[in-house]
Amino acid sequence: MINLLAGFIQELRDAGLPVSLTENLDAMEALRHVPLDDREAFKYALAATLVKNNSHWKTFETVFEVYFSLRGPHYAIAGLDEGDEKVAELVSEMLGHGEGGAGMEALSPEELAEMLYRALQDADEAMMQAIARHAVQRFAGMEPGRPVGGTYYLYRTLRNLDLDGVLEKLLAEAQDSSDGLSELEERLVRDEYEHRMDKLRKEIEAEIRRRLVADRGAEAMAKTLRRPLPEEVDFMHASREELAMMRRAIHPLTRRLAVRLARKRRHGRRGPLDFRDTVRHSLSYGGVPAEPKFKYPRPSKPEIVVIADISGSVAAFARFTLQFVYAMSTQFSKVRSFVFIDGIDEVTRFFDGVDDVMDAVHRINTEADVIWVDGHSDYGHALETFWDRWGRDITQKSSVILLGDARNNYHASGAWVVKEIEQRARHVYWLNPEPRAYWDTGDSIVSEYGAHCDGVFECRNLKQLERFVEQLA
Amino acid sequence: MSVAMNPPWRFDSVAAVRDGLQGVDYLSDEGIAGVVYLADRLGKPVLVEGPAGTGKTELAKSTARMTGARLIRLQCYEGLDEAKALYEWNYKKQLLRIQAQRVGEEAGAGGWSEIEDDIFSEDFLLTRPLLEAIRSPEPVVLLIDEVDRVEVETEALLLEVLSDYQVSIPELGTVEAASIPLVFLTSNNTRELSEALKRRCLYLHLDYPTLEREKQIVLTRVPDVSDHLADQIVRIVRSIRSLELKKHPSVSETIDWARTLVLLGLDNIDADQAKQTLHILLKYQSDIAKAAKELSVNGAR
Repeated sequence: MINLLAGFIQELRDAGLPVSLTENLDAMEALRHVPLDDREAFKYALAATLVKNNSHWKTFETVFEVYFSLRGPHYAIAGLDEGDEKVAELVSEMLGHGEGGAGMEALSPEELAEMLYRALQDADEAMMQAIARHAVQRFAGMEPGRPVGGTYYLYRTLRNLDLDGVLEKLLAEAQDSSDGLSELEERLVRDEYEHRMDKLRKEIEAEIRRRLVADRGAEAMAKTLRRPLPEEVDFMHASREELAMMRRAIHPLTRRLAVRLARKRRHGRRGPLDFRDTVRHSLSYGGVPAEPKFKYPRPSKPEIVVIADISGSVAAFARFTLQFVYAMSTQFSKVRSFVFIDGIDEVTRFFDGVDDVMDAVHRINTEADVIWVDGHSDYGHALETFWDRWGRDITQKSSVILLGDARNNYHASGAWVVKEIEQRARHVYWLNPEPRAYWDTGDSIVSEYGAHCDGVFECRNLKQLERFVEQLA
Repeated sequence: MSVAMNPPWRFDSVAAVRDGLQGVDYLSDEGIAGVVYLADRLGKPVLVEGPAGTGKTELAKSTARMTGARLIRLQCYEGLDEAKALYEWNYKKQLLRIQAQRVGEEAGAGGWSEIEDDIFSEDFLLTRPLLEAIRSPEPVVLLIDEVDRVEVETEALLLEVLSDYQVSIPELGTVEAASIPLVFLTSNNTRELSEALKRRCLYLHLDYPTLEREKQIVLTRVPDVSDHLADQIVRIVRSIRSLELKKHPSVSETIDWARTLVLLGLDNIDADQAKQTLHILLKYQSDIAKAAKELSVNGAR
């Protein structure tokens, strides 16, 4: 048991979860008090003692599943097998015999679709599990030793199941069975089915994972399945699901950062002596200035000018940065933003009086006038236009942030503009969403601009972005 | 752990916790009951985190009710200090004591050391929640609410209490707990708590409940609600939670909404009624507008 747990904790640490020695001991202690044959209790006992941050929960779950799914009977955790048996029973009940010649294999695709449809309609979980297993076996085409990620198999399985079609059918059926649903009810029914579909999808994912583990071994799998934390997902390579996850993460992140900054300001340095206030307070000590009073330092609230490349390659990055900066706008006296591809346009107006930054970002993407010739990045032209039209608005108080990968398609760089800006503005920073190793390769000319900046930062995920903004304010 | 762990546990099994909580109208799930059970067995505090209004504080209150223990609550806020959280010397009383002594001295009695011993005794100690929880002879549940509001430095105050269940008072010595209290800390996650604090606690994340559980919660908490209405309510709430909003409706808001609908005498919600009462669920105008739009538009799709 000790070895098993130690291995598990090692696995968690490898996945980036901080697990201290005390927590390790707590987990051991906790396991003494829960029945080991209760898989859920076992899991919660470990989670409560080892995972101290909700964003780590998902990683924990994955590691847990992978690590404990394929332990030999020596370590058997009964709950798992029990679940398996139940499903196996169900399958064989429905179809004679499980694995092998007869059973589910004998079903035609139409019959399988019908079964899926029925399972979703009745929200029959055991059935859904069985179908997930079978679908993976039939459609994913998994071959041992093939170096393909789980997502590929997932895609193959889902494509064959045609879930969207099934959803339409379910909705139509619901519509028919009760004569005419109101709009609200229809929406609710749809949500319900989508929820069930989600469950099925997760089931399939889990099944694929189980099989991959069987193929490659738990240790190897845990490494490939490790999902980065939302703050650490790379902007450039985020999947759609990850982007959604990041969008959800960004709001608490900004709030936390704002609190931290406000606190730092209040508790940080003391200002100069406030003579008037000191004299006023001296009255209560009979004119002796016993209690010196200090002025609060004026918070430095820089004026921020964001100039962002929103061409395809870095769009997601620019979007998050704009969102972040605007969510933090109480921390800055003024924020102005410009976006460019090969033309440049001011988009500050889109953010005015908007509650939802996402709306504004959407409008920027559709309405801003950023294309000059062909819609390929041209930093040189964009920067020159910026200087002509808005250059005089850059003042001593402004901090200018340039966002982009500096991949200029071999156009003229226009680096002199950055130099001019640097001379006039308080600070100029360049944030680059590319890994440092790629800088100045191909058509990237980031160091040409960087020479005139106060700092060039690699900014590939929310964590790095947060750190940068904290330094800025 | 300096205090001997006395085997008579409060709970026999996870199921017992669960039933107990159910008995005081708090619907837990496997995770919640499990952590409360472990907290008792390991003698460790529980750090409860999660979005606002998911029943974090309620969990502590319900646990107190379930075990019949007294609930001692420490509400945290910025600027909370030792004098408010742990203990304070009642210096007015001490002054009086010294003055009284002087009068006595003129009559020719006692010395300074005697006074000193005297004024730093328990008679002059004002206990604050943490010390009170430690000293209490009867069982208590200690709730440290919104611990994320205190500064990082102040967090350190809690550490001694949380890990060793003792308070050191320089003049008096160390006060140890008679029995280990159940401790709950809640946090809304406005900032990252320190590692030292997290390490000492069991961690429980309370998220929005599942559909079934929320329905059960509505059914237990709102007396006259019909099964059908409760079902509709939680499904609408789930739909709204799936939107991207500034603030998602909490469980308590769901309950408020259910109460409102019951008061209005409704047994079936249609889109219009839902829209008219949305302001109970959502507290931002932009959120209300968005949800209202979603509820009608998507249905027509």
